[in-house]
Amino acid sequence: MSTQVPEQETETEQTEAEAAQSPGADRRAAKEAERREESAREAAHEAEERDRAAAENTYHLKVFRYDPEVPAKQEPRFDDFHVPFTKGMTVLDALIYARDHFDSSLTFRHSCRQAICGSDALFVNGKQRLGCKTQLADLDEPVRIEPLPYQEVEKDLVVDMEHFYDQMEAVEPYFQTNSLPDGELEEQHQSKENHEKIKLSTRCIWCGACYSSCNIAAGDNKYLGPAAINKAYRFAMDEREGEEMKQQRLEILEQEHGVWRCQTQFSCTEVCPKDIPLTEHIQELKREAVKSNLKFW
Amino acid sequence: MHEHDVLVIGAGGAGLRAAVAAHEEGADVAMVTKLHPVRSHTGAAEGGINAALREGDSWELHAYDTMKGSDYLGDAPAIETLAQDAPEEVIDLEHAGMPFSREDDGTVSQRPFGGLSFARTTYAGAETGHHLLHTLYEQVVKRGITVYDEWYVTRLAVTDEDDPADRTCHGVVAIDVKTGEIAGFRARQGVILATGGLGQAFDHTTNAVACTGDGQAMAYRVGVPLEDMEFVQFHPTTLPSTGVLISEGVRGEGGILYNAEGERFMFERGYANNAGELASRDVVSRAELTEVNEGRGIEDEYVHLDMRHLGEERIIDRLENILHLAGDFEGVDALEEPMPVKPGQHYEMGGIEVDENGETVVSGLYAAGECACVSVHGSNRLGGNALPELIVFGRRAGEHAAGRDLGEAEIPTGRSDEFETDEIGSPVTLGEAGIEGEALADGGPTLADPDAVVEAAVDVERRRVDHLLDRDEGVNHAEIRAGVQRTMTENVNVFREAPGLKQALRDIRAARERYADVAVTDPSRTFNTDLIQTIETRNILDVAEAITIGALAREEFRGAHWRAEFQARRDDEWLKHTMLAWENGSPELYYKPVDLQGEEKEYEPKERSY
Repeated sequence: MSTQVPEQETETEQTEAEAAQSPGADRRAAKEAERREESAREAAHEAEERDRAAAENTYHLKVFRYDPEVPAKQEPRFDDFHVPFTKGMTVLDALIYARDHFDSSLTFRHSCRQAICGSDALFVNGKQRLGCKTQLADLDEPVRIEPLPYQEVEKDLVVDMEHFYDQMEAVEPYFQTNSLPDGELEEQHQSKENHEKIKLSTRCIWCGACYSSCNIAAGDNKYLGPAAINKAYRFAMDEREGEEMKQQRLEILEQEHGVWRCQTQFSCTEVCPKDIPLTEHIQELKREAVKSNLKFW
Repeated sequence: MHEHDVLVIGAGGAGLRAAVAAHEEGADVAMVTKLHPVRSHTGAAEGGINAALREGDSWELHAYDTMKGSDYLGDAPAIETLAQDAPEEVIDLEHAGMPFSREDDGTVSQRPFGGLSFARTTYAGAETGHHLLHTLYEQVVKRGITVYDEWYVTRLAVTDEDDPADRTCHGVVAIDVKTGEIAGFRARQGVILATGGLGQAFDHTTNAVACTGDGQAMAYRVGVPLEDMEFVQFHPTTLPSTGVLISEGVRGEGGILYNAEGERFMFERGYANNAGELASRDVVSRAELTEVNEGRGIEDEYVHLDMRHLGEERIIDRLENILHLAGDFEGVDALEEPMPVKPGQHYEMGGIEVDENGETVVSGLYAAGECACVSVHGSNRLGGNALPELIVFGRRAGEHAAGRDLGEAEIPTGRSDEFETDEIGSPVTLGEAGIEGEALADGGPTLADPDAVVEAAVDVERRRVDHLLDRDEGVNHAEIRAGVQRTMTENVNVFREAPGLKQALRDIRAARERYADVAVTDPSRTFNTDLIQTIETRNILDVAEAITIGALAREEFRGAHWRAEFQARRDDEWLKHTMLAWENGSPELYYKPVDLQGEEKEYEPKERSY
């Protein structure tokens, strides 16, 4: 389907016929003529592009399609796209190309194109990855692109993120302290070591790749999941919050669906596009929880 | 219809800060945003936040640097407000837990940045924007502020009196991206636009795909003037293949620029004999392109930015993110080789005309952050001044909209009979083409009831969306958008001249005419990004045209605006803001004087050298 040239001839004929019946027909006809010329040029251009693509290097994508509203897409399917390859092309670039040139209904989230907004976590060749950060050249063909597993699909590659956000927000994901300095314009001090300790955990971009990769989260809908636990780690380990607050945070994390559910399979750590050692962070919180329980015992 | 005291449109740094401020004033606040807040492009800001925090520095110095950087086109009351309020805002962020980079004694670190007389840029690695965004969003979660995420605001509900100064904004119309539902949102006290940049008007930009000038275009169409739109910042260090930003922090920490001949051209070719690589961004961008144009570029396209001599430890400590960006998006190991860089569209200095309380000429309508023009940055923004602008003016807009008395603004908004008007001699008709003039809600009689104003706007929007979806045949938005991006990058770039600018106006006109025949192919109401992008594309057309009109009008060389025909700053004639008002579908050009009168002194325009 991807390499079909649009049927420009028929399209413009129809529009012209309609235009002839309406007022301002001359103007529209003139515009149509201009447009037809443009369309012809574009058709030629597209044909050229197609030939070049066929002659040169294209990448074969198989993309998951689903739309609850559109009859032809209610039954999930895979569509094939053959995208002309340029050096450095990412999975996101290829999707954008396919959408802008072949099928404008192809739907996926994306924004920054530089692995910071976390919008485009996808399931590519069987692994959770950010589309913008994944080079096509590193992948085997056909490149299979699917929405993140274990989340409800809204349409094509877009999944419902609400549950993920709910989990993130369940861990009191905001800084809390009882010891702010009194002086005007006086900051809290934080040692370089402590800043270093939390640094990796603060890199999370909420893409949901880890959560989607986690077997436990797949089976236990209430499990906080790696991203939310990492968010809690970021605060629990921040010396500026103080010991009292840390205990409070450990209580949240120790609940039934908290840190103890993690079975250290490392799938989250493997897929994290920001290289956050999620499993280690969860393990460390387990140790902190044990230590704190022993202390009060 | 949804109803709140204050509506904040957009949830990047300015929007989040505004929402928190309005909430602290006791208002019922809701955010309406086309992206979930943490997806906002504030997260991509790398370098830092300027704030005069330390002994030896002062807000006066920060203000002076900013005024000089603006090439004397910033308004003194805005610049002084920024410099005075930034320290408190930075400390507030620190108290909210933002993980700033630290000194050995545990205090917040600061580093040198271009155009600054003191190392006053606070930062969190090379991911300052990411940390600012997440820290502020955490504060929104903490307060339980309502967020309508993935709701795309497409229209402002404003009354339709003849004079924009008599109009009132009562709310907005938005599309729920997930379901396609079109709903009205009524604001009892105020609407704050915090929609960010417009980089998608260009094809080589550091901006996100979402940065489509929505707020600027919507405000423009209800009668709020756009100010100084010709001043577009081209960042000197973006990766050639993608436009991904390489922070000014690299040069701040000591990174060096080389041409193909291995010359440190900023010094050796005399572009900035004192500051070198740390000259202001406009100066460095022009220097790089001059090198390329004179045949000393690498592959005729870019120059090299080298940071290897800083050493791995320092790089990992302060610029680690840069290693990832260069590796992932350009395939370069920046510990081993220099990074290829070239100028790319980065920031729009101009925007929606507001005063220092964030208010526009339309009552109840505010703007803050990149979409607004206070004007702090004038003709050129200094690195590290965008993030403090977000939080300083986001907060003020939020407080003011929620009813706090911030005192009377010194910066005037709206049009005065005394202002000089102008014509640019455009080769084509400007403004709306082919679709009904949409200056106002519905062209009907003035509606007194605020709910009715919102409902009328909802009706207009429903008809527009139905029309776009029902049309079977038509032009696809993507090709219109691509055409505009191409002509803007070719003709309205770092170097500008009249024939190219006129060509851009012709191309934009042609694109507007094609847009009259635009159609959405995707028939679905569910997550229809085809529809969303089609609406965004019209916003891109409006802002691209506004930028180009300003660029053709301004016959001088000031800050980021360079003209082949006019090679000098012309203070006698051009110490004024370029203003564009949308009058019944066509742009009208006039000028507003610059205000250089500070609290204690008047800023004297001087020659700007680094």
